[in-house]
Amino acid sequence: MELLLSLAVGLTIACGVWLVLRPRTFSVILGLTLIGYAVNVLILLSGRLGAQMPPISQKGATGLADPLPQALVLTAIVIGFGMTAYLVALSLRALGESGDDRLDNQDRNPADADPEA
Amino acid sequence: MTHLLLLPVLIPFAAAALLLLLRNAPMALQRSLALAATLGGLLVSVLLLVQQSEGAVASYALGDWPAPYGILFVADRLAAQMVLLLFVLALPALLMALAGSDGEGPHFHALFQLQVAGLAGAFLTGDLFNLFVFFEILLLASYALLAHGNGPRRSRAGLLYVVLNLMGSALFLVALALIYGTLGTLNMADIASLLPLVPEADIGLVRASFAILIAVFLLKSAVLPMALWLPHVYSVAAMPVAALFAILTKVGVVALLRLTVSLFGDAPVAQGLLLPWLPILALGTIAYGTIALFAADRLGIAAASLVLISSGILLFCVAFASPEGTSALLYYIPHTTLATGGMLMLAGLIGKRRGPLEDRLVRGPCVGNRLAIGGAYAVLAVAIAGLPPLSGFIGKLMLMQSVAPPHWQAVWWAALLFSGLCMTLVLARIASLLFWQPDDPLPDIRTGSSGRLAVGLLAAASPLLVLFAAPVSAYATAAATQLHQRTPYLDAVLGDAPPTQRERRP
Repeated sequence: MELLLSLAVGLTIACGVWLVLRPRTFSVILGLTLIGYAVNVLILLSGRLGAQMPPISQKGATGLADPLPQALVLTAIVIGFGMTAYLVALSLRALGESGDDRLDNQDRNPADADPEA
Repeated sequence: MTHLLLLPVLIPFAAAALLLLLRNAPMALQRSLALAATLGGLLVSVLLLVQQSEGAVASYALGDWPAPYGILFVADRLAAQMVLLLFVLALPALLMALAGSDGEGPHFHALFQLQVAGLAGAFLTGDLFNLFVFFEILLLASYALLAHGNGPRRSRAGLLYVVLNLMGSALFLVALALIYGTLGTLNMADIASLLPLVPEADIGLVRASFAILIAVFLLKSAVLPMALWLPHVYSVAAMPVAALFAILTKVGVVALLRLTVSLFGDAPVAQGLLLPWLPILALGTIAYGTIALFAADRLGIAAASLVLISSGILLFCVAFASPEGTSALLYYIPHTTLATGGMLMLAGLIGKRRGPLEDRLVRGPCVGNRLAIGGAYAVLAVAIAGLPPLSGFIGKLMLMQSVAPPHWQAVWWAALLFSGLCMTLVLARIASLLFWQPDDPLPDIRTGSSGRLAVGLLAAASPLLVLFAAPVSAYATAAATQLHQRTPYLDAVLGDAPPTQRERRP
C-alpha cells in the first residue's frame, strides 16, 4: 500500500510539473492543482498508514491514528484552495486585459508564435 | 506583559479584519484606523525590543499547551529586531499610501495590514508549520497588493509571481511532510534537540527534507537561479507596496539563518547542506544584480537590482554563519532594507512626476522640486553604494572584516568592492540623467505632506544608523551571541521538562 501510494504521489507530481511548464495559464493552473493534491496525500502519509488505528482512544485498541497530519492537511487544503481561486481570478483578468493567456508574452513578436497555438 | 509577544501579530490582524468590515466606510476612517494600527504595532515592537534586550528569550504558548505541542511564538533578540524593522518600514510605506495611492483599488488597507501581520508572524513563530502559514498569509496579501491599481503589466508580473510562489509553497509542504514523517515534530526547538539523535537509517531522508526547505527559503530570498522574477515584480508594484516588498526577501534570509544556526547547530546530520555551494550562488547573485543594474532601463528595475545585490550579500553571510559574521549581518539588514525600500519608493515617486517618461532612464526635463527629491536620492544612493559617511560604508566594513574564512576573503572583498563601485557609477549616471539637465525643471507636483514625510523618514534612516551605530551594533552583537549560543532559545521553549517520549514509528 505504501509503495502504491508513493508511486501515485510521484506520478501525480510528475504530471503536475509537466503541466506547469506549459505556456498557457490554464494548464499551469491544472498542474499546480495536481501538485497540490499529491502534496496533500504526502502529508497524510507522514502520519503512517494503518487500517486498524482508531482516531479516538478506544478500549482494546493497540494504537492511535496520528491526528496532527490530518490537521496539517486540512490547513494545506484550505490554503491551496484559496490560492487556486486567486490564481484563476488573476489569470482571467490578465486574459481580459491582454487578450492572450500565455504566461511569457512580455514583448512577444507575433511572428514567432507557438506552432501548437 | 507576557502577552506582549503576541501583539505585533494580533494588532495588524484585528485591524485587517476590522478594515474588511469597514470597506464602505469613509476613506478618512479607514486611513486613521490603518495608521493607528501601524503606530500601535511600532510601539509594541519597541516595547518588545526593550524587553528582549535584557537577555531572556520569551516564549508564548497559545492556549497554554506545553512546548512540543501547541502553537508557539518565540521572541529572542533577532526576532524582536526584525519585528521592529518591519514596523519601521511599514510606517513610511503606509504614509506614502495615505498620500493618495490607497484609493486606486479596493481593500488596500486591509491587505496591507494582513501582509504586516504575516511578516510579523513569520519572524516570531517557533514552529515550522506556522512559519508556512504565515508565509502564505504574507504571500497572499502580497499577490493582491501587487495587483493593486490597474494595468496589464501588473497582472502579468503578478501571474508569474503567484505561480512561482505556489510552486515554492508546494515544496515547503513536501519538506514539512518529510520532516514530520521522520522526526515526528515540527516545533523548531524540538527539531533542534532531535537532530543530533537521528538514527542511521533516516539520515538520507532528513537531509533531503532540509535541503528542500533550504531551497524554499532561497526562492523567497531570490538567490541566483531563482532570482530572475524579482526585478520584474518589484518594479511594477505600486510605490507603497514596493517599499514594503523590500523586507520580503529578508524573511527568507532570516528564516535560513534561524534554520542553520538555531536548528542545525553542529548536528552531524545537517553538515554540508549549505557550505560548498551557497557562497558561490550568493556571489553569482551579486554579479547578476550588478549586471542587471547596468542593463536597467527603468529606475524601478535599477532599484530592484539593488535588492538583488543586497540579497546576495546577506546570503553569503548566512552561508558561513559565524558569530562575528552574524552580528555584522544583523547591522547590515536594517540598513539595506530601509535604504532599498526608500529607493523603490523614490522610483515610483519620480516616475509619477515625469509624466509620459515615467521612470524610464532616458534624457528628459529635470524632475521638479530638485532640492528635496534630489537630496533624498543622494542620501539613499550614497547609503546603498556604501560610500562614507553613511551606514552602508560601516555595514560593508563590518561585513568585510568578519564574514569570510581566509580562503574566501579575496573573492568576498572583490565582490563587495566591485559591486559597490558599479552601484556608485550607475547611481551617479542615473542622478545626472534625472536631476542634472539644462532644460527647465518640470512643474512640482504636490505629493501631500504624508508622502514627503515617508520619503524623509526612509532617507533619514541611514544617517540615524550612523549616529547610533554604537548601540545598534552592540545590540546586533548581543543578538548574534544569543543566537549562536543556542541554549537560551532551546531552554526557553522546551523548559526543563523531561524529553517527550516518542514511539519509534516504522
